[in-house]
Amino acid sequence: MIALSVTGLCKSFGGLQVTSNIALSVGQGERRLIIGPNGAGKTTLFNLITGEVKPDRGTVRLFDRDITRLPPRQRAHLGLARTYQIITLFGRDTILRNVTLALLGLSPLRWNPLIRLDQRTELIEQAYAALTRVGLDHLAERPLSQTSYGERRRVEIAMALAQRPRVLLLDEPFAGLSIDERRDVQSLLAAIPTDVTIVMIEHNMDVALGFAEQITLLHFGEVIVEGARAEVVEDPRTRKVYLGG
Amino acid sequence: MTARKLTLAAALVVLATLPLWLVSAFYINIATQILFWAIAAAALNVLVGYAGLVSLGHAGLFGIAGYVAALLLGAGHGHPVAILAALVATVAASATFAVLSLRSTGIGFLMITLTLGQIVWGVAYRWASLTNGDNGVNVASRPTPFGVDLSSPTSFYYATFATFLLAMAMMAVFVRSPFGASVRGTRDQATRMNTLGYHVWLIRFLAFLFSGLWTGIAGLLFVYYNEFVSPQVLALQSSAEMLLMVIAGGTATLLGPVVGAAIVVIIKNVASAYVERWNLLLGVIFVVIIIFMPEGLLPGLTRLWRTHRRTASTAIAKGSVPISEGPTR
Repeated sequence: MIALSVTGLCKSFGGLQVTSNIALSVGQGERRLIIGPNGAGKTTLFNLITGEVKPDRGTVRLFDRDITRLPPRQRAHLGLARTYQIITLFGRDTILRNVTLALLGLSPLRWNPLIRLDQRTELIEQAYAALTRVGLDHLAERPLSQTSYGERRRVEIAMALAQRPRVLLLDEPFAGLSIDERRDVQSLLAAIPTDVTIVMIEHNMDVALGFAEQITLLHFGEVIVEGARAEVVEDPRTRKVYLGG
Repeated sequence: MTARKLTLAAALVVLATLPLWLVSAFYINIATQILFWAIAAAALNVLVGYAGLVSLGHAGLFGIAGYVAALLLGAGHGHPVAILAALVATVAASATFAVLSLRSTGIGFLMITLTLGQIVWGVAYRWASLTNGDNGVNVASRPTPFGVDLSSPTSFYYATFATFLLAMAMMAVFVRSPFGASVRGTRDQATRMNTLGYHVWLIRFLAFLFSGLWTGIAGLLFVYYNEFVSPQVLALQSSAEMLLMVIAGGTATLLGPVVGAAIVVIIKNVASAYVERWNLLLGVIFVVIIIFMPEGLLPGLTRLWRTHRRTASTAIAKGSVPISEGPTR
């Protein structure tokens, strides 16, 4: 079954064509890696999939449902979650509150003005469970402002996982991490069950290649190579525009 | 009991017994004014502090409640009808304000709310056949809830105090609720909230209605207190004063707007008796607060107090301050 498909996706900002007729099809449970040089349109593709940027043309389908015209919030309710290349968290809150907000986003409780959020034990327990998965449960009460870059990366992933997504978009989850932190995140991603489809943008090929089954290479907003890991890595076009050598 | 709870309990006792030890009706009336302006400032703080939306049109909502009540009372309707209609009208006006102003955030939101507030002021000022123009509208009497006569300063103070307590309780519940967390989330990361599944616009809209409702309640207390309403209360200066109360006291804090309201009302009503240029004094105080405590007076004082305690405990730990040293003879 196809979890996520994109057809004929075009987007331009003024005179700059950022994505051009992109087609992508990701099967359920697949681990797909999106690579490409800077400015290839990788993050814009994610923004188009999540609805943060509206396409000029083309369609986005999630489990065969056309979501092209749905706002981002409705896509989240259909099982689409993402992390950001530039960490986007709630800096005034604690780690726990960040994850709780992610959980609350999909809960009808978010409209309730009459109960105390910190007394919703089921939400707090779920938030702790998500933090345990990323190894941050012991820091749950720590203000986000007092956390390291690597911890924030893991909070991003915890927030996405807390939403129990069906399709998870990871935008450079290894960016800026130390070797130890990279190893932690690597094993964390490896532990995500295969009922979650993962599409990942990553530049660090050492960690990314081990993760991916299928790779898509974007260049100037177009898909120029796509296929199984070995095929794409060996393809001369990949070497020319991305890997070098 | 923590120091914070003790301070709150002491403040409550002071407020509850205020008419017993403030013998002058003048000062009781000042206290009443502080309380209803505190409700208005706290209502505005829902938008400014928690939703990150700075409104300069709330005096319009404040005045709509006053005008609707005054006009209906003048037309011979009873207090319950006037109060209910005033609140319905204020919430409806808040919805209109919200629909128009939430097309934008930041400076755009501020300018749209300012414009809407000025339109309401213009209607009150120029539609003289309805509003009596600059002469305003008189209110013949105050209501008598549960048979309690509110005509005396003391009884009206207690009615305002009860409403103030209800407002503070509602604000405290709101702030700690899941919806309050959603509102704060839209302030901090609106795009992120959207991708997490939140309807950012609707959350802001509902926060605006909640803010408008309490602004209307404060407006009703104002009109019953003065037994009069005129375009002056809808003017930009009123909106600016409300915003000043919020910013001076401390945005996104429950009690900051109360402190801010106290500062503005006291300077406006008490210091103005001694200082001719009281506006200048108010401006200087505001500038000093912004320079030394940009987060507002209440959070600023809390920060200074914590720093002082930390410094003192560090000094004791290092042995630089002899703990047992007696006073110098």
